[in-house]
Amino acid sequence: MAPVEVDVERPAGGDEPGRRHPNTCPSCRSHYRDDELRHALRVCAQCGHHFAVGALERIDQIVDPGSFEEIGGDLRAADPLAFVDLRPYTDRLLDAELATGLGDALVAGTGLVVGRPAALAVMDFAFMGGSMGSVMGERFCLAADAALARGIPLISVTASGGARMQENILALMQMAKTVGAVDQLREAGIPYISVLAHPTTGGVIASFASLGDIVIAEPNALLSFAGPRVVEQTTGEKTAPDFGRAESNLRLGQLDAVVPRRELRGELARLLLLFSPAEDEPTGEQGPVPVPDDATITGEGPVDRVLGRFGLGRRRG
Amino acid sequence: MVRVTDEVRRLRKRFEARAEESHVWDAVQLARHAERPYTLDYAERLFTDAFELRGDRAFSDDEALIALLARYHGQTVVAIGHQKGRDLSERTRRMFGMPHPEGYRKAIRAVELADRFGYPVLTFVDTPGAYPGVNAEERGQAGMIARSILAFCQASVPIVSTVIGEGGSGGALAIAVGDRVLMQENAIYSVISPEGCAAILWKDAGQARKAAYAFRPTAGACLDLGVVDAIVEEPKGGAHEDVDQAARLLDQAIRGALAEAEAVPAAQRRAARRAKFRRMGVWGVADEAAGETV
Repeated sequence: MAPVEVDVERPAGGDEPGRRHPNTCPSCRSHYRDDELRHALRVCAQCGHHFAVGALERIDQIVDPGSFEEIGGDLRAADPLAFVDLRPYTDRLLDAELATGLGDALVAGTGLVVGRPAALAVMDFAFMGGSMGSVMGERFCLAADAALARGIPLISVTASGGARMQENILALMQMAKTVGAVDQLREAGIPYISVLAHPTTGGVIASFASLGDIVIAEPNALLSFAGPRVVEQTTGEKTAPDFGRAESNLRLGQLDAVVPRRELRGELARLLLLFSPAEDEPTGEQGPVPVPDDATITGEGPVDRVLGRFGLGRRRG
Repeated sequence: MVRVTDEVRRLRKRFEARAEESHVWDAVQLARHAERPYTLDYAERLFTDAFELRGDRAFSDDEALIALLARYHGQTVVAIGHQKGRDLSERTRRMFGMPHPEGYRKAIRAVELADRFGYPVLTFVDTPGAYPGVNAEERGQAGMIARSILAFCQASVPIVSTVIGEGGSGGALAIAVGDRVLMQENAIYSVISPEGCAAILWKDAGQARKAAYAFRPTAGACLDLGVVDAIVEEPKGGAHEDVDQAARLLDQAIRGALAEAEAVPAAQRRAARRAKFRRMGVWGVADEAAGETV
């Protein structure tokens, strides 16, 4: 789905990110109730802008209802350096846990995607910018362990500013640790599908996230080692408006596909089928894997209820 | 009434913190010293014969990262290292030791060559970080760093890595996944430069000294956290004070570490290296009932 170009005259002030309501589209300024946005998979109905999705909601979008089982949910960040910047690391952790209800910026587990099992490692940007510390590294490895033990593919969905500075060198080592887990999957012939959401930068894109057997991205996601501001400040070079965006990365050969969120679950199901053994394939007239549309993913949306009143339904896979 | 003992304790603590802060900042300064020996300075002293492996076979030759086929104590090794320049023209040519993706592609080629012939790999880490430019990004900087880490994971030959100056972030780690990781006494190793950390967390790059103290990029801290296996002594005043002596000390340390890495059977080396990095990290377990971190 190509985003519709909407030209909006911006009124003076009132549009700084800090002052914008999180459910107001930053690109076309359409505003949504939270349940509307949730039903729409947090994609703007007007312009196709992809809002950020929390880890648990993302898991709901991808896996079959009730099939997700979390692994390593009880792991919590320690503070090995007793790190204090303007605020202590432990305070920041507490705030992040209260704000997101998560123990760290990555949720690991297993679930079914349109009936096919997969291990999952899903990140949440709202937890300290999706930064990678010791807990994220360990949870990613636990997801990979589950994939190895059960012989099922691993899917990761990333959204991260990079490594967690408060854990300094141990955060950096998580890059080697997670790549080691990918190496184990490769050695065992287990498929790994990496989904890059906005933004995936720094230590996460420079480690496991780039090493998927298949790498796909969400539209307009920023995917770069250094962000545009760092590039401009460090090198003095100007960056183009599409610098590091998913579409540029596709053009430059860094990705297999840019997949809109509505099609993500279906595309993952198709990949799981393609990576499954031949005898697993349904024989006869069943044909290709049914690709569910958004309504089958989140249940009935508002549109379906309206259509339903008139005895109409939307196209189903 | 002022309790003198409390006051003295408070002052002593503050004094110790200031002393520690100075010590950390000294290491940052020494690691970046303009006369600090670089990879080639050590290569000249450690190896008897050497042939430079140039080019990534795809795009160009990145002089910020060098690779050598060399003779070390009678056996052939592959040496890979970041390389900074001495004068302005060499610094520019070598991009201040900040590789582009083609540099990492060269490193991958060198590791694969070593693996094919069973030659040990010695790496010398000394970079402020991977080059953060538009061209580097367009040619896949992040993906190439990831692939370099993977290539080091996959090799079944012994790998000894030494941080000899600045171990700057992913650009350093890309060639630092070794069976044994060493660090020179005055080298630093961190996830971001003190300036970068200060700019982000303190919103002021001028607070680099404070940031460095907070995140401790020193060899001592890296040893305590289990990130490096041993610290390599330097001559008094730093490696630049006596490069020959620094090279002798480095040689002893690398020789010992290489012997340890070679003691692991080749068939187990890849798994052992993965396990080494898998252990890295510190975390707690939440008590779900109490909802608190234990």
